[in-house]
Amino acid sequence: MIVLDSVNKTYQVGGTPLHALDNVTLSIETGEYLSVMGPSGSGKSTLLNMIGLLDHPDSGSYLFNGVATETLPEQELARLRGENIGFIFQAFHLINRLTAFENIELPMVLAGEPVKSRRSSVRQVLDMVGLGDRADHKPNQLSGGQLQRVAIARALVMHPKLLLADEPTGNLDSVSGKEVIEVLEQLNREGITLILVTHDRHIGKRANRRIRMVDGKIEKDERQGKGVKAERGERGDHAPV
Amino acid sequence: MRLSDQVRFNTLVFQRYGVRTFLLLLAVGIGVASVILLTSLGEGARRYVDQEFSSLGNRLLVVLPGRKETTGGAPPIYGTVPRDLTLEDANALLRIPGVNAIAPVIAGTTTVARESRSREVITIGTTAGFFVVRKLDVGKGKILPPRADSEALAVCVLGVKLQRELFGAAPSIGQWVRVGDRRMRVIGILEERGESLGLDLRDMIIIPVRTAEQLFNSPGLFRIIIDLNVNTSIVDTEKRIRSIIRQRHEGEDDVTLVSQDAMLAAFGNILTTLTLAIGAISAISLLVAGILIMNISLISVSQRREEIGLLKAIGASSRQVRQLFMGESLLLISLGSITGIAFAFGSIFVASVLWPNFPLAPPVWAVPAAVGIALLAGLLFSIYPANRAAGLDPVLAMRGLQQ
Ligand SMILES: Nc1ncnc2c1ncn2[C@@H]1O[C@H](COP(=O)(O)OP(=O)(O)OP(=O)(O)O)[C@@H](O)[C@H]1O
Ligand SMILES: [Mg+2]
Repeated sequence: MIVLDSVNKTYQVGGTPLHALDNVTLSIETGEYLSVMGPSGSGKSTLLNMIGLLDHPDSGSYLFNGVATETLPEQELARLRGENIGFIFQAFHLINRLTAFENIELPMVLAGEPVKSRRSSVRQVLDMVGLGDRADHKPNQLSGGQLQRVAIARALVMHPKLLLADEPTGNLDSVSGKEVIEVLEQLNREGITLILVTHDRHIGKRANRRIRMVDGKIEKDERQGKGVKAERGERGDHAPV
Repeated sequence: MRLSDQVRFNTLVFQRYGVRTFLLLLAVGIGVASVILLTSLGEGARRYVDQEFSSLGNRLLVVLPGRKETTGGAPPIYGTVPRDLTLEDANALLRIPGVNAIAPVIAGTTTVARESRSREVITIGTTAGFFVVRKLDVGKGKILPPRADSEALAVCVLGVKLQRELFGAAPSIGQWVRVGDRRMRVIGILEERGESLGLDLRDMIIIPVRTAEQLFNSPGLFRIIIDLNVNTSIVDTEKRIRSIIRQRHEGEDDVTLVSQDAMLAAFGNILTTLTLAIGAISAISLLVAGILIMNISLISVSQRREEIGLLKAIGASSRQVRQLFMGESLLLISLGSITGIAFAFGSIFVASVLWPNFPLAPPVWAVPAAVGIALLAGLLFSIYPANRAAGLDPVLAMRGLQQ
C-alpha cells in the first residue's frame, strides 16, 4: 500500500541542514498495525505527514496504492487524502463553532456528498465510537476522550483505507487514552491500515510492527517481538568504505 | 462542495464573528446606499427639469437671431447678430399653419418706480401671445391687449413681488408707474407662481413689444417663441419658418431654431453627466469597503490558520479553500448590498413623503451599478486573502505557525 524509497526532507535551521527524514525507505502492507516511536524531533510527525500526502519529500519517491505521488497535481493529492486517508491528531483539531455531527460530516461536505448519505454515515461512525448521544454537542461541551473519539469518527467517515494517528493519546488521561487505542485497534482488526505515532512504550508495544526513529532515520523495524535490523542502507549504500 | 453547504459554512462563520460581520455589512451597505441615494438626487434634478418643461404642456419652438451651427445648446444671449429679427418677422410667422400663438420677446432690465420706491427688474417686451406660450395668467386685472403687437401702448403687467414692493397694500390696477423714462398704467398683476425656466415670474414687468423697442431704442427682437398645435410637425414648421425668414431677409435664413425637445435634451445631457459623476464619486465608498474587507479577511485567514490546515488534511484542495474564502466575501457583499438597497429605497420613500414636489428616484442603472461595483471590489480585494489561505502549508498551519 505504501512504498517510500530513499525519501529525504531537509530543513535549513540557522544555516545548517537538519535532516527531518534521512533517506527513509519503508513499505507498509494493507491491514498492518504499525507504531512509530523515537525521541522528540526524530522525524516521526514528518514521516506521518509525508505518508498522509500533507508534506512533500525533497527527494525520493512515494508510491501510494501503486500511484506515484510526486507528480500528482495538488487537487489530485487533496482528493486522494480525502478519500483514502484519515488523520487523527494529538490536538484533535475540531472546529469549535461546529457541532460534533458537523465536524464529522465535514470531509463528506468537502467531497460534495449528498445530505442523505452524509447523515447515515455520520450516525454510523458516531455509534462506532460510542458517541451516538452527543451528536449535537459543541467541542467545548465534550471531554478530551470524547473529543478524540469525535476526531476518530471524522477520520472514519469517508471509509478510508489508512488511518494516521499522531500521538492520539498525548492529551488524554490513561483511561480515555486506552479507550481511544481500543477503538483504533478494533478498526485495524476490521481491516484498516493503522499507523500510530506514540511516546507511550506500552501502547507502542501493542502494534504488530514497531518502528523506532532517531535523527530522521529508521533505526529499528521489528515485527511481533522478533527484532529485525533496520533496512537502512540496503539501497544505494553499497559504496566501498 | 455543494453551494448550499458552502453558504451554510460561511453563515456559521458570520455567526461566530458577529461584530466583525456586522461592521462589514454596514460598510458595504453604506457604500451601496450612498451610490443609489446620490445618483437619485441627480436623476431627481433631471426629472424636475423635465417636469418643469412639460408643465408648459405644449410644443415650443424658439427663433433666435443669428446663425449658430450647434444645435441644442443654450440659446445665445448676446451673439454677433447679422440681421435683426423684427416684430414684422414675427407677425409674418403667424401665417404658418399649425401655429397656435407667437410671442416676440425683447428682454432687458429697467428701473420701475412709483413715488419714492424703485426697483431694477427684468423687463419683457412682448405681446398677448406670451401669456399663451408660457401658460401665464394674471391674478388681477387683464393681460396685454391684442393691440400690443402693433402699438406702443403705455401699459404694463407686474409680477406679484414687484407689485408688493411698489404698492404695498395699496390698490395698483389702473395706477401709473415709471418704467425707465416713461409712464405706464398697470393693467394686470401676474398670478402667484415661482420660477419658471430660470425666470423669476414674481419679480418682473411685462410691457408691449413696441413700447420696449422704444424704451431700449432697438428694433431687434431677443427671440420669438412659437407655440405649435399638438399635431404639427416640428420639422415642417422649421422649414416654413426658414423659407419665410429667407424671403424677408434677402435670401438668407440667418436665424437659429431651437425646439423645446432640443433644450430638454441639452439639460438632460448635462444632468445625466452630473449624475454619473456623482455616482462615480460615491462608488469610492465601495472601494473603501472593499479594502476594509481585504484587511478583515487577512486577519480572519491568520486567525483561522489551524482550521484551514485541518480542512486541507481532510481533503480540501487549495482551490476549495480559495473558493470558501472568496465565497465568504461575496456572500457578505450580497447581504450588505441588500441592506444598502433596502435603506436607500426606504430613505427615498421618506423623502418622497417629505418633499412630494421633488421627483427623487434612482436612475435605472444605479442599483445594478452599485451592486456590480460592490461585487467587483469584493472580488478583487478578496483574491489576495483567499490566495493566502489557499497557499497555506497544512502542516505548518495546523501547528499554528507563521510561514
Ligand atoms: N517547518 C520546519 N522548519 C524547520 N524545522 C522543522 C520544521 N518542521 C520540522 N522541523 C524539524 O524537523 C525535525 C523533525 O520534526 P518532527 O515534527 O517530525 O519531530 P517528531 O519526531 O514528531 O517530534 P515530537 O515527538 O516532538 O513530535 C525536528 O528537529 C523539527 O525541529
Ligand atoms: Mg511529532
